[in-house]
Amino acid sequence: MITIQDITKSYGEATVVDGVFLNLPDAGVTSIIGPNGAGKSTLLSIVSRILGADAGTVAVEGLDVFRSPSKDVAKKLSILRQDQHTSARITVGELVEFGRYPHSHGRLTPECRAAVASAIDYCDLGDLTERPIHQLSGGQRQRAYVAMVLAQDTRYVLLDEPLNNLDMVHATGLMRLLRGLADTHGKSVVLVLHDINYASVYSDRIIAMRDGAVVQDGPPARVMTPEALESVYGMAFHVHELDGDRMAAYFR
Amino acid sequence: MSTPRSTVAAAAPWVAAAAVLVLAVVSLFVGVADVNLGSLLTDPEAREVFALSRVPRTAALLLAGSALAVAGLIMQHLARNRFVAPTTAGTIDAAGLGLLTATVLFAGASIMTKITIAMVFALAGTALFIGIIQRIQFKDVILVPLVGLLLGGVFSAIAEFFAYRHNLTQTMSVWMNGDFSGVIQGRYETLWLAGAVVLVAYLFANRFTAAGMGREFATNIGVDYRLWMSAGLTIAAMVTAVVVVTVGAIPFLGLIVPNIVTLMLGDNLRRVLPTTALAGAALVVLCDILGRWLIHPYEIAVGTIVGVVGSAIFLVLVLRRSNRYATA
Repeated sequence: MITIQDITKSYGEATVVDGVFLNLPDAGVTSIIGPNGAGKSTLLSIVSRILGADAGTVAVEGLDVFRSPSKDVAKKLSILRQDQHTSARITVGELVEFGRYPHSHGRLTPECRAAVASAIDYCDLGDLTERPIHQLSGGQRQRAYVAMVLAQDTRYVLLDEPLNNLDMVHATGLMRLLRGLADTHGKSVVLVLHDINYASVYSDRIIAMRDGAVVQDGPPARVMTPEALESVYGMAFHVHELDGDRMAAYFR
Repeated sequence: MSTPRSTVAAAAPWVAAAAVLVLAVVSLFVGVADVNLGSLLTDPEAREVFALSRVPRTAALLLAGSALAVAGLIMQHLARNRFVAPTTAGTIDAAGLGLLTATVLFAGASIMTKITIAMVFALAGTALFIGIIQRIQFKDVILVPLVGLLLGGVFSAIAEFFAYRHNLTQTMSVWMNGDFSGVIQGRYETLWLAGAVVLVAYLFANRFTAAGMGREFATNIGVDYRLWMSAGLTIAAMVTAVVVVTVGAIPFLGLIVPNIVTLMLGDNLRRVLPTTALAGAALVVLCDILGRWLIHPYEIAVGTIVGVVGSAIFLVLVLRRSNRYATA
């Protein structure tokens, strides 16, 4: 479990995350939704120690993420952010090998090589291992980064808006992959999403934030209602039951 | 696609090593005094020239060339800009200002004192440059090194002012131009320090690669971003200071060699660092041989030759950046 206690973050006058208490489960898919500026990405960055908090603590299975050695935290939790994409010319294989760094410090053990191979295989990157990542399409590159965190083999996998810039083919492919991480690898996948219907279809739990605070928290059946969504976004929603999933319509 | 790339990657260090070997042997036997294999066996004077002058000079060339190329490699990777190198980040000029300061303030300072002070200046100058480029809003690939060149201009202007006041302008210009003609046994050994620093850099190559991928990438895998950024810039400053104080500046070397090598082999430092070091060594030895041969029996300083060759290559690299090249 990831225990978030009283996390607060302000930039000048603006409080972006306002005293959030939250427990993130050790399995399943958890989506964080909410309007722009709700503090979703900031909260995820703080949980993954990329950003310091003004107050509060975050503990991953009892390990304080701010005070513990960074490489110990890196064995329990991985974070994938949209803007960590780089112009560095490294190959897919080299990228995935970096996922093993917390375990091996760069000298790959046979166990590491096995983890790298299975991550590449699982993400269907077998033909691309020698390709430099800057030559990949957006969907391929996103899969390469997912393979890296898969090789990192952490219980918790955090992703910040992983569907950005992906078309529906690649977005759905990636969501299936992430669902599979939870179902077959027993990981806890936590992601910030803008598309609430993807959140509805793929999540076990949806956390909705507004103005730096958690305003809704529960399974899709509870959060995907017109009333709950309106309380998050401040606009009207229709919610339809479609093949057992709850889909929100908000286009008119 | 994949096969040619890995073949190039596998062959590159060996090709570079072979070039270094051949050029080093040539360097040992080129010079005013006539030294060849036969005279080495029979003539004690030739043996003395060989041991006191040729071997030290060749070793100095290899050490300075490889160290500066690696310093440039680490700088361009950490700054995430392929045009950032000791020449274009003000590092060399800051080291020169440090050397002048050491000379003026502590007359008769030992070479280690001079290196230490030059290193502190080089580090401070580079840190200032990094601080500036992190604060400015524009991120154009070309503008970043232009800021560095401007900053370097400021450093060298300050140095020139004080050199003028102390009647050191000529000495200063001799210092700042890399020249190995004065290298004899006993006057180049500090360069081994630069060689040692490069070895250390190789041991930690993975950390530098990770830090150059960005703060968030590094943090995710448990690499301390600030620590390895500082360590990398310290290594670059140290190498630059040692080379500038011992033999003078070799401009553009740290810029063009890493650019060409990473263009072929990618940016994984563990993989490209050995080839970069070898290629840097080969280029400097080659330019020094040219300098000894072109106007024989006189010499053109290697700093001049590398400066001409290097700035030409730099221009080519800048002009072809419109294709897949500089997306930093």
